[in-house]
Amino acid sequence: MFPIKESRFLSEDVKLFRVQTPRIARKRQAGQFVIVRIHEHGERIPLTIADSDVDDGTITIIVQGIGKTTRLLNELEAGDAILDVVGPLGGPSEVKDFGTVVVIGGGVGTAIAYPTAVAMKQAGNHVITIVGARDRSLLILEDEVRATSDELYLMTDDGSYGEQGFVTQKLQSLIDQGRTIDHVLAIGPIPMMQAVAEVTRPHQIPTIVSLNPIMVDGTGMCGGCRVYVGGQCKFACVDGPEFDAHQVDFTNLIQRNQMYRQREQESLEQFEQDPTHDLEEAHHCQMEQRFPEVGPRTV
Amino acid sequence: MVDKLPPKERTKIPRQTMPEQDACESAHNFREVNLGLDEAIAQRESQRCLTCADPKCTHGCPVGVQIREVVDLVREGEYLSAAAKLREDNVLPAVTGRVCPQENQCEGACVLARRFNSLAIGYIERFVADYERETGQVGLPERAPSTGKKVAIVGSGPAGLSCAGDLALKGHEVTVFEALHEIGGVLIYGIPEFRLPKEIVRQEVNNMRAMGIDFQTNVVIGKTVTIDELFAEEGYDAVFIATGAGLPKFMNIPGEELAGVYSANEFLTRVNLMKAYDRDRYDSPIYDCRDRNVAIIGGGNTAMDSVRSALRLGAKNAYIIYRRSQQEMPARGEEVHHAKDEGVQFMNLHNPLEFLGNEDGNLTGVKLIKMELGEADESGRRKPVPIEGSEFVMPIDVAVVAIGTGANPLVQSTTPDMATNKWGYIVADDETLRTNKRGVFAGGDIVSGAATVILAMGAGRTAARSMHEYLETGQW
Repeated sequence: MFPIKESRFLSEDVKLFRVQTPRIARKRQAGQFVIVRIHEHGERIPLTIADSDVDDGTITIIVQGIGKTTRLLNELEAGDAILDVVGPLGGPSEVKDFGTVVVIGGGVGTAIAYPTAVAMKQAGNHVITIVGARDRSLLILEDEVRATSDELYLMTDDGSYGEQGFVTQKLQSLIDQGRTIDHVLAIGPIPMMQAVAEVTRPHQIPTIVSLNPIMVDGTGMCGGCRVYVGGQCKFACVDGPEFDAHQVDFTNLIQRNQMYRQREQESLEQFEQDPTHDLEEAHHCQMEQRFPEVGPRTV
Repeated sequence: MVDKLPPKERTKIPRQTMPEQDACESAHNFREVNLGLDEAIAQRESQRCLTCADPKCTHGCPVGVQIREVVDLVREGEYLSAAAKLREDNVLPAVTGRVCPQENQCEGACVLARRFNSLAIGYIERFVADYERETGQVGLPERAPSTGKKVAIVGSGPAGLSCAGDLALKGHEVTVFEALHEIGGVLIYGIPEFRLPKEIVRQEVNNMRAMGIDFQTNVVIGKTVTIDELFAEEGYDAVFIATGAGLPKFMNIPGEELAGVYSANEFLTRVNLMKAYDRDRYDSPIYDCRDRNVAIIGGGNTAMDSVRSALRLGAKNAYIIYRRSQQEMPARGEEVHHAKDEGVQFMNLHNPLEFLGNEDGNLTGVKLIKMELGEADESGRRKPVPIEGSEFVMPIDVAVVAIGTGANPLVQSTTPDMATNKWGYIVADDETLRTNKRGVFAGGDIVSGAATVILAMGAGRTAARSMHEYLETGQW
């Protein structure tokens, strides 16, 4: 059991958790992730580590409630606990003094891009951050990102905050202005990462994306997270999760990520109709931990 | 109870058969197929033992179980003593009684096998272990007084568990680290419920907890904690690496990226560890096999486990596609027999050339070529050769690639001063299982390549002996 020390909503369905995992907090580097399982009947899902605090032994994860498991997770509060948290998994981001680095975060991807932006800044880069979201309510970590960026551009699809437009438009305009860009890191929805790759490709700007394929164990054992990069089969959990954006087969990634769409939809609908059972189960885990005499649940 | 019969009478008793679920039924549920012997059958079978002075069966067993003594005790009706005797050499008797390839080991060496059918040692082992479990009177072996030495075991599969058991008995303080959320390694994620109920593994692990062994899940050695940190920061005196060979192999043919193509590891992990067959209660999904065509590529036990799982997930047609003939198939005869009875269709002497898909990236078929057997290769098996012009397309919705596994590099990559061979397996001395790194031992599939549960357990025992010696003498 991994106790939740703090939880708060950053926007309507995006929630930040600080979870007690001393070993992971000590080891984690920017770009790495954990796999969590909320209760006995839950699935294992990968979530990127946004931050960590070695002194109090916590890691920060930021979760957008999209499917059943993430919605359920977002129902948990400080004082609750997560059944399993394993990591840190995957390779860390390549961080060095590239010169000028553009970090692009789309939606909750900003939470993933943020720790790398911090590391890039510490490594001496001039960090330009472009954060995009559908509308103002979905923009997260503005203050944190501002503090670590030399330049910050906020983009909203509907113009409700920052500039109206996509992150790729801002990137394109920086390139058009003749700005020297040595390295781009883009993290967000797959179509956004794909679009960024197409903007930088003609200019041969090295571009890295963090991929989020379907994954089970996260240690290279199942091969479910295979992605195709430059025609080669790679396991995102051990070879990634970051890859050269110009080499990634995004079409295949999108198709593989839709493998369970129907099933995921059914699960979400069931959960939304009646979340009681899952909430009880998630909380029963806590009960077992606090009051061992309750004993394991026999459903 | 029957008294000991003269040898001639003993050989007249036919080898007893294992009662099993009706195949029409078993093909549709995940309950155990083999039902176990009752006391009467176990008695009759134990009467067949010739009680050899030099029991060949024990020599055939990779962990050296004192089989004759166990069988003697069964014949005398001393089932709990038999179980205790079994546990002296084997921490997982209920597991090995179910999944060992006995025909190649103890039973293969049995003197009876030359003229009659060998003694059903696996059945007797299982009977004894089940009897002990069902009566709830597990006779845990006594631990030696504490040595004050701390040992870390990396991986909780058969090699790790058997090493942990032996070291605990010798009085060492043992911690077993597991990357997944449940203890048991391949016994949990790899072997299906219908062949090895998870409850049995859990009970064996609980017995080991009762012996004082500490189990820690959700720790990936090499990531969460490195080998060096186990020594420097966590105070361990020796480490045994038993991570198995968990890296799935693919065929590298076109179309392997399609949705619906699984590695056997992923397919079985979803089914066994994540209980994907119980879709009303468990969240982990699996590609819908109901009323679909499912093809498994490969001919080993993993392939049989996958194909029988596919049937139970509701497959309309479940195929084994294997490039050699039935005779070369590495799977146990019993597994092949169960698969056939349950309705698996064997397409031997066929090899996949390409997976085919639709525009959404979903698998729709496989292009196969027929094979024939040519000259024997270095393994002594006749080499399959494609028959030109025999290609055809078979419609399938799900494919499971079960052609073997390689060495997972996680531990090795963060332990750069530990020697590995060109395939990424850890180099360890055959006799002592010592690596080139002081205090670090390795065994099981991560040294030998994919093998069987019992061979891994044998490696675990060897490691325990060798580690004990190192811990006692401090000499490397």
